[in-house]
Amino acid sequence: MAHAYTPGLRVSHCVKHRTRRMLPISGEVVVSVGDRVNAQDVVARTFLPGPVIPFNLSNKLGVAATDVPRCLLKIQGDTIRKDELIARSPGIFGMFQKEAYSPDDGTVETISQITGQVILRGAPEPIEVLAYLAGEVVEVLPEQGVDIEADIAMAQGILGIGGEAFGTIRLACQSPEIPLTPDLIHEDMRGQIVVGGARMTGEAIKRAIKVGTAAVISGGMDDQDLKDILGQDLGVAITGSERIGTSLVITEGFGDIAMAARTFELFQLLEGREAAANGATQIRAGVLRPEILIPLNPDEVTPNEEPSSEHGLLVPGARVRMIRDPYFGLLGKVDSLPHELTVLDSGSKARVLTVILDDSRHLTVPRANVELIEE
Amino acid sequence: MTAKATSSPDDLNVILATDCGSTTTKAILIQKVDGHYRQTHRGEAPTTVEEPAADVTVGVQNAATEVGELSGRKLVDENGNIIRPVDGQTGCDAYISTSSAGGGLQMMVAGVVRNMSAASAKRAALGAGAIVMETIASNDKRKPHEQIQRIRELRPDMVLLAGGTDGGTVKHVVQLAELIAPARPQPRFGGAYKLPVIYAGNPDAADAVRQTFAGENIELAVIPNVRPVLEQENLGPARDRIHDLFLEHVMAHAPGYPRLIEWADAPIMPTPGAVGNILQTIAERQNINAVGVDIGGATTDVFSVFGTEFNRTVSANLGMSYSISNVCAEAGMKNVLRWVHIDMDERELRNRVKNKMIRPTTIPQTREALIFEQAVAREALRLAYIQHKEFATTLQGVQQQRTVGDTFSQSTGGATLVDNMVLDLIVGSGGVLSHAPRMEQTVAMMIDAFEPEGITCLAKDSIFMMPHLGVLASVHPQAALEVFEKDCLVYLGTCVAPRGRGKRGKPCFQYQIKGNGIHETGELKVGEMRLLPLPINHTAEIVIDPERGFDFGDGPGKPVKGTVRGGTVGIVLDARGRPLVIEGEESDRREQMTNWVAELNVYE
Repeated sequence: MAHAYTPGLRVSHCVKHRTRRMLPISGEVVVSVGDRVNAQDVVARTFLPGPVIPFNLSNKLGVAATDVPRCLLKIQGDTIRKDELIARSPGIFGMFQKEAYSPDDGTVETISQITGQVILRGAPEPIEVLAYLAGEVVEVLPEQGVDIEADIAMAQGILGIGGEAFGTIRLACQSPEIPLTPDLIHEDMRGQIVVGGARMTGEAIKRAIKVGTAAVISGGMDDQDLKDILGQDLGVAITGSERIGTSLVITEGFGDIAMAARTFELFQLLEGREAAANGATQIRAGVLRPEILIPLNPDEVTPNEEPSSEHGLLVPGARVRMIRDPYFGLLGKVDSLPHELTVLDSGSKARVLTVILDDSRHLTVPRANVELIEE
Repeated sequence: MTAKATSSPDDLNVILATDCGSTTTKAILIQKVDGHYRQTHRGEAPTTVEEPAADVTVGVQNAATEVGELSGRKLVDENGNIIRPVDGQTGCDAYISTSSAGGGLQMMVAGVVRNMSAASAKRAALGAGAIVMETIASNDKRKPHEQIQRIRELRPDMVLLAGGTDGGTVKHVVQLAELIAPARPQPRFGGAYKLPVIYAGNPDAADAVRQTFAGENIELAVIPNVRPVLEQENLGPARDRIHDLFLEHVMAHAPGYPRLIEWADAPIMPTPGAVGNILQTIAERQNINAVGVDIGGATTDVFSVFGTEFNRTVSANLGMSYSISNVCAEAGMKNVLRWVHIDMDERELRNRVKNKMIRPTTIPQTREALIFEQAVAREALRLAYIQHKEFATTLQGVQQQRTVGDTFSQSTGGATLVDNMVLDLIVGSGGVLSHAPRMEQTVAMMIDAFEPEGITCLAKDSIFMMPHLGVLASVHPQAALEVFEKDCLVYLGTCVAPRGRGKRGKPCFQYQIKGNGIHETGELKVGEMRLLPLPINHTAEIVIDPERGFDFGDGPGKPVKGTVRGGTVGIVLDARGRPLVIEGEESDRREQMTNWVAELNVYE
């Protein structure tokens, strides 16, 4: 049978989800296997080595690098406060001495006799890793991190801005076709994960930042609005470290595009529930999509939606969305998957499929330009 | 049956070569046909470095199996091993491979002076096929704590530290080591990985550098200086050591690579390193100056050989899918749209660009979308070539000995080696160039982006075979050269264009072309282009008589003679002038573009 593999974005009403939460360097895991954790609980912590502060005593004291150790009033390993006297040159018969003071708090880490450079190590920076997913700790990786598992509803977006955010799901639009405009963002949405419908306008994002929403989710956005908010053009789709005042997730793409009905219905069903969202996206090898995770109560857990054997397979009857102009955003069902190469309007030859749109129109599009959707 | 090939190069009759790219593993089969090496079959399969397979050899097996099916030769046995040596219609004599999967080889380099030892270190790393994530230099205008902060943020596969000529500065080199050691750069492959640091600076500082790194989670290798004297670079040992460490450390930590290394009959090379290898071999054997470009989804690599000088640059974030948005941002939408001869809505285009970025595998379906993507490609190539010209320079810091004859010469160290007037061959590869529906489009993109001057032959890599041939050149140079000439390159034709600018509509040059099947004379006015068909494998003699102010290599207004090579497109006479500037108001620009597009028959 003619088919092809086309991955789509995950939208699930109930799935057992496991997330790994790791420290950047070794440290202490503060939870145990079997513990139940909330999204904002600390599960592991460590201290990053403090900042390195180099300064050249040889230059400051006007002595040769080899003479620096003789001038030092501190030795390797000593702690020192900012502006504390660290070294004094011998001068000439005790006259014309020069003194050097510590530029910061820290510990004397190294003293070089070749360069006359002293390296101060600042105080360690504490790092805490939050659970992010409310659920059960199922595995502890000693000194590294934990795996947390929970039954959840989840939706992946196509692109996000900003990092992890927590709050209750709140619908701003009553249907997925309605654009998210500023008048739909209210003061009481502060700290909430606000769900729009179609394109989120630039003004709506500004309003959300002003109100202090935790995150905003909608079908699309305009590139120009994104540029205005970031203050620069987004060159490559590697995000997560932006700090704009709220996290953003678009579920479909750029332009005027409605949120997929299935995604919107999921948020509608679970409005008012606590959720975790993450805008971090990486569209490169090791793809990372933005996501919204909504833990379920035990009585809501249904048999897990296991991907079917045909999951990810483009077969006749499969629901697809066009993801490239001139048909961007249109929905339909795969009609056929011709085997032979077809000449496109562009003149290129490509493998195509035929689609019957929801309005009964027939289209022929390259297979590379569709995405499977679950509805 | 699966033992490695042990035969001498001349006994190799069937060679299987793979290139494990980030997304696709491409396999080709090279066979001796009537005493000559030819590329006979190709196959490809998705690369499998990531979950769920997490083993690169699965993709290699799949690609090799496809080649096997197409060629009727069984190449993979029941246990998934490559079958060697040849036994009738089974197996191959040698298996070789390149790799850029998992992001390729990512390096940080450091040197004392940015334009001297740091530049030499960067050249060595790039030449070896690495992506240089950061260059740290004592004079890079950053404060030491800022440099340390930057080093801490990076996750390189290895570090190359240079600085000081032999017998030169020790202090500054050690100072750099003192920045790197406490910053403790974290390698990509996690805590258990000992970060390789190659020291290729003043040998007098080697002990002090060793001492500085003692006790850190670092594996230090000390090799000969990359810049032993200011006047000379010695990049070979650094490149070799980078290749060794790439195999021993980086690849050994990537999923499935130990097995792949075991399979291969020659050391696995980073893909761009292999491309550089074949281009250098060709330029050397044919005594030509050549530029090669590979425009990918995320990055664009440019290689050049001028005289004996080889250079490679990687323009990170100039690419046609993952980085398409960055190309538009860096070039500016106005610059992109100057190559477009039809109406387009800018707001709509901006959203389309972003949609391509987030769904990078989509392809243009309409003619309009294709025209726009090819306009973006021109800008990506143009910017990458500018970066290459700025990097490929004569050595800086070299004392210039001047004579009276140099009184009016302004040449200094650091001048670019890239001279389009003496450039003989441009080879383009990468999807947007190789898979353009019409070869005229490939030619138009290459001419607009590179602005060749004088007489320049244009070719494309038919199926991006250069990596395979680069590694083959290290095993069997003759086989690599034969396949390169016969099967790898598709000659598109020759561009004939003068340096200089003039008023549009005024005479630019007269030409006379004679050869087998062609006899043409004529004149071009400034701003015109003309396409003359000359079939592939045909050559013709050309005599050009330029007007004053226009130079074809022998000086302004001086006539030149030369040979032009035919191709799938033919001879392109380009009188638009160099540097290429599209003048006039919007409607005028549109009219000029429409004329050029029509003359070259770019879009049907």
